[in-house]
Amino acid sequence: MNSASNLKKVLASGQFAVTAELGPPKNADAEVIRTKAKLLSDCADAVNITDCQTAIVRMSSIASSVVMMQEGLEPVTQMTCRDRNRIAIQSDLLGAAALGVKNLLCLTGDHQQFGNHPNSTGVFDMDSIQLLQMVRMMRDEKVFQCGEEIKGKAPDFFLGAAANPFADPFEFRALRLAKKVAAGAQFIQTQLVYNVEKFAAWMKAVRDLGLHEKCYILAGVTPPKSIGMARYMKNNVPGMDVPDHVIARLKGAKDSKKDVQKEGINICVDIINMVKEIEGVAGVHIMAIEWESAVPEIAKQAGLLPRP
Amino acid sequence: MIVGQRKPIQEIIGMLKGIKNILILGCGGCATVCSAGGEKEVEILASIIRIDRKKKGGPVETKEKTLARQCDTEYLEELKDEVDKYDAVLSMACGVGVNFLADMYPKTIILPALNTSFMGVSEEQGVWSERCAGCGNCVLDKTGGLCPVARCSKHLLNGPCGGSQNGRCEINPDIACVWQLIYDRLKGLNQLEKLQEIFPMKDWSSSLHGGPRKIVREDLTL
Ligand code: SF4
Ligand code: SF4
Repeated sequence: MNSASNLKKVLASGQFAVTAELGPPKNADAEVIRTKAKLLSDCADAVNITDCQTAIVRMSSIASSVVMMQEGLEPVTQMTCRDRNRIAIQSDLLGAAALGVKNLLCLTGDHQQFGNHPNSTGVFDMDSIQLLQMVRMMRDEKVFQCGEEIKGKAPDFFLGAAANPFADPFEFRALRLAKKVAAGAQFIQTQLVYNVEKFAAWMKAVRDLGLHEKCYILAGVTPPKSIGMARYMKNNVPGMDVPDHVIARLKGAKDSKKDVQKEGINICVDIINMVKEIEGVAGVHIMAIEWESAVPEIAKQAGLLPRP
Repeated sequence: MIVGQRKPIQEIIGMLKGIKNILILGCGGCATVCSAGGEKEVEILASIIRIDRKKKGGPVETKEKTLARQCDTEYLEELKDEVDKYDAVLSMACGVGVNFLADMYPKTIILPALNTSFMGVSEEQGVWSERCAGCGNCVLDKTGGLCPVARCSKHLLNGPCGGSQNGRCEINPDIACVWQLIYDRLKGLNQLEKLQEIFPMKDWSSSLHGGPRKIVREDLTL
């Protein structure tokens, strides 16, 4: 199954994997994706393409994935439950598979209220766990959600999901991961890790359930670009945990914007080095949306290059 | 109960343009209980409309009346002999009452004075909140009696999502995350294992997505 996924190959070989993230443009210009893809191509095994993240209209994740593949980079296509019902999702996934998409990240999606069309309907016909289950059944049992057989080629995806170790209730978070794994998740990308201690506690709960042996866990990281951004993530993004010492470290950087950015990269590299040591962490997911150029530097400093 | 709220007055005045003789019709059911469209609110609305018309030099005749309910033929029939006298009936019932009036009196203009909001409870004086979305396929046995369909912003069945923090929903800190509440309740009831099962995809055909709904009970029909 899904033998052709490069990401799966890297993970299965036991090498520490690197994924990155690319936000498609808010226009119809494929060049934007090509340019960003070039920045990322030598430093990641696969790159996530977001599906209208934060509910803002952007180029479709599947279309963007195709452009990315033309650049020789493997996409992890994101699919959310916010904008499509089960008919549309299954249809889009048949199309994505036909176009060569191999990795699929199943998400519930940010609520439409966060985005630029807050008056729209939120579909949420299913949630991320049910989405995983549906796609796994399409692949393994060759059936549509309704039970009807898929005659002919079934979509064959390496299935991923997200996990947030920092959301509440904390005691339930590893159990929720267990549900995702049971539903079909083969790899997991976590919410951004700044609070390494809490992440390690979550990983312990994950190991106690044996989940690290049933899926590959990639720790999410991002370099804080400015003090303002770090504060914003701390105070305004639900489900994010940015300890004060991270902000203090940025403040300690010399005044110029460049110094802060450099320190942001250093912080990210330090976090990668720490999570790498945690048993069961199979890789990192470096998210630097609108700062894609930072990723090669981070990967280099963290000793993650060259990629296999 | 069904909870509603009176529409902004300018919107009501706008829809009454050119209408000279109005029946303002209250409802003695939910609309009264939630202080949106009972006798008292009918009286207030009628006087606002009259004052407005007087200021604008376009007098209006308003008749005020409140039925026990507007969702039963029995009560709506009380209007049978007078409804033709009015240019329009402005209903202060929920949307159900407005619809039923329109169904029954095809030749009369029927207008809504309320925005019907949700099925909910009166939490405290002046505060109402939603509890059930009438999905037609109740799951509360599995969720500790708390509804994820009506009370989770993404109606997740395998929540809580990654945005749940400090018991609050990611979309608005004024909204409780019902999945945190479900977790706490099941924990208190020693039923946390219920959350480990994967909740299958819901059949939404019994909710609005299956088209307008109807119940026929043979045991009760005449
Ligand atoms: S599950 Fe459906 S019927 Fe039950 S309370 Fe929720 S919306 Fe109402
Ligand atoms: S925070 Fe809670 S209530 Fe809000 S969408 Fe997530 S699970 Fe639902």
